[in-house]
Amino acid sequence: MGRTWAIIEREMRRFRRSPVLIAIAMVMPLVQLVVLGYAFGGNVKHLKLAIVDQDRSVPAVKVRELAAAIASGARTIDTLEYTDPGAALTDLRNGKVNGVLTIPPEFSRRVLERADPKVALIEDNTDNFVSSALAATLSGMLASYNQPPKASRIPGQATLDIVEVYPYVAYIQYLLPGSVVMSIFMMVMIGGGIIFIDDKNRGLHEGYLVTPITKFELIAGFNISGTVKAVIAGAFLMTIGSLIAGIPDPFNVMRMFRLFVVIVVTAFALISLMFLLMVRVSDPLLPRAVFGVLNTLLYFPSGAVYPQQGFPGWMQAIAVVDPFTYAVHAFKNLLLKNTGFEAISYDLGFLLLFSVVAMTAATALFKRTL
Amino acid sequence: MIAIDVQQIVKKFGEFTAVNGVSFAVPEGEIFGLLGPNGAGKSTLIRMLVTLLPPTAGTALVNGFDVIKQADDVRRSIGVIPQAMTSDLELSVEENLIIFAKLYGVPRAKRVKLIAELLQAVELTQWRDAQVKNLSGGMRRRVEIARGLVHEPRIFFLDEPTTGLDPVSRVAVWEMLGKIKSERNLTILITTHYMDEADKLCDRIAIVDHGELKALDSPLKLKASIPGKNVLEATFSATPPGWEERLKQLPDVETVSGEDNIFRLKSQNGPATTLALMEMAARSGVTVHSLSVQSTTLDDVFVHYTGRALRDALQEANPREGAFALRRG
Repeated sequence: MGRTWAIIEREMRRFRRSPVLIAIAMVMPLVQLVVLGYAFGGNVKHLKLAIVDQDRSVPAVKVRELAAAIASGARTIDTLEYTDPGAALTDLRNGKVNGVLTIPPEFSRRVLERADPKVALIEDNTDNFVSSALAATLSGMLASYNQPPKASRIPGQATLDIVEVYPYVAYIQYLLPGSVVMSIFMMVMIGGGIIFIDDKNRGLHEGYLVTPITKFELIAGFNISGTVKAVIAGAFLMTIGSLIAGIPDPFNVMRMFRLFVVIVVTAFALISLMFLLMVRVSDPLLPRAVFGVLNTLLYFPSGAVYPQQGFPGWMQAIAVVDPFTYAVHAFKNLLLKNTGFEAISYDLGFLLLFSVVAMTAATALFKRTL
Repeated sequence: MIAIDVQQIVKKFGEFTAVNGVSFAVPEGEIFGLLGPNGAGKSTLIRMLVTLLPPTAGTALVNGFDVIKQADDVRRSIGVIPQAMTSDLELSVEENLIIFAKLYGVPRAKRVKLIAELLQAVELTQWRDAQVKNLSGGMRRRVEIARGLVHEPRIFFLDEPTTGLDPVSRVAVWEMLGKIKSERNLTILITTHYMDEADKLCDRIAIVDHGELKALDSPLKLKASIPGKNVLEATFSATPPGWEERLKQLPDVETVSGEDNIFRLKSQNGPATTLALMEMAARSGVTVHSLSVQSTTLDDVFVHYTGRALRDALQEANPREGAFALRRG
């Protein structure tokens, strides 16, 4: 084991003297967490809505007043009055407005006759987020419009009561598990894969292969040191990320212990994957080329930024074998729900099995000679 | 006692034969050189002896251990300086030595003492805490020499140790190797494409070309084994027909070779041949554009045994370098 420790010592000494590596692996995922978390997590506001009132009677005025109330209250929309529907449509196509609410001439008559009154929302649907927000806002507005002046004390229609088990989860908190796994992965790929291949290309490995170190000792040394570096990155992002994202009670001792276990297991699974991919590679361009593709292929199907239930079949198939999926799931349970080990036992089991299979295959492929 | 015993060793890469049935033996305490151009098979040969490459056929014993069946024992008893600089650039000089001492299982107390001695031997004591990336090429090579000796091996393998170094650093490395060898009674096997290095350092030299051993003996005996003590190289203006035959008739000339108007004469008496050549050229109205006279070198030995000059072989092996040199010239 002394020789294994020598390799670990060598790797950690080099790591300590690589501030750029440390910065990239730890700071970049943090920046991504903050930027993505706030870029996607907010509510859409100040959407420009053109209102073309061709009716001008009391029921139509009520619609316009409700729209103005939303504009001054929730500020989801900013209303703009148009007299010419043609001009409103032109501005919609030119992007000056996000939607056109048209109140047709017969609207008030149909309201009074209870004869299927309609208002029309013409929207720019090239942006799903905006068009969904606009449709939802105006649907809610019309639901308020349709409320009777006096509601009965006991409602006669079925209603939905929503009960949330956990406190509100901001999107940045939802993103945190994926960011932790990302930081572990970045450290593994840069600090493990890229540097490993660069050293091999420089001939550095020859210096070790001529010593009495065994294949097992060399592999153990590289992988344990890679795991340690990845754990440091993951723990850093977990701690700072929890504070930035506002995770409640971030320093709960038992939760910190469980999180640490998942970080270690995840780091070992990812370093095993890296080693398997790089064990026979000599070209230093290859890990650089592969890194970006692998990043995308592992991160997005894992459910880190969007629920997997929304994915097509082929992407769900990737998610099944993707170690990121299980790591993200485990971190979500621990961070957002504060569960125990029983809720993440399947995830830990998969990650451990994945590590064993990947490392066994990598060891078999590793050549003790040039 | 024989430190290195190589018998008919072969290495093939697919259809290509890099080393073809080479045999030699190196007694303890000798500095043995493998001289040849790049691509001759020297590095492949040394990599087989240090267990980096398995031979395709043949056997090799290093310190009495078989390089295939007893690879670990071989590794424990040898020190190796590969061709590439393999020190960790981010680590300090001392850290590099510590890590390697641990890889060889050198106990702590002995390690501390040995490292101090080695740093002094390679004159890097004041640089022990400097990161290797901040050292010059010559100093880095000295770090590697110290690193290769940190476990007190009996045999030291060096693969082109001065390639890429400036002339002053090369001389420094030679002196260091000579001093270390005499202090520690090491057996050293060194590969090189520098004639002067082989000539200066080695007790015996094996000339290697296209994977085969062409000649093996001490530098002195190798030079004596080829015709002629001196080599004259002469360039003439337009020469009359039969000029080469007439050159062969000059006193003490053993062989003549050449084409166009450039001729190479091997002579037992350079000055006498020179005088006769000048007189003959004057009588024949042939202008001598240039004439050089030198003692037999290892390059001449190389030409004799391989049919081409070492510098031409180097150019063949590195066409881009040659083209660059031509553009610069």
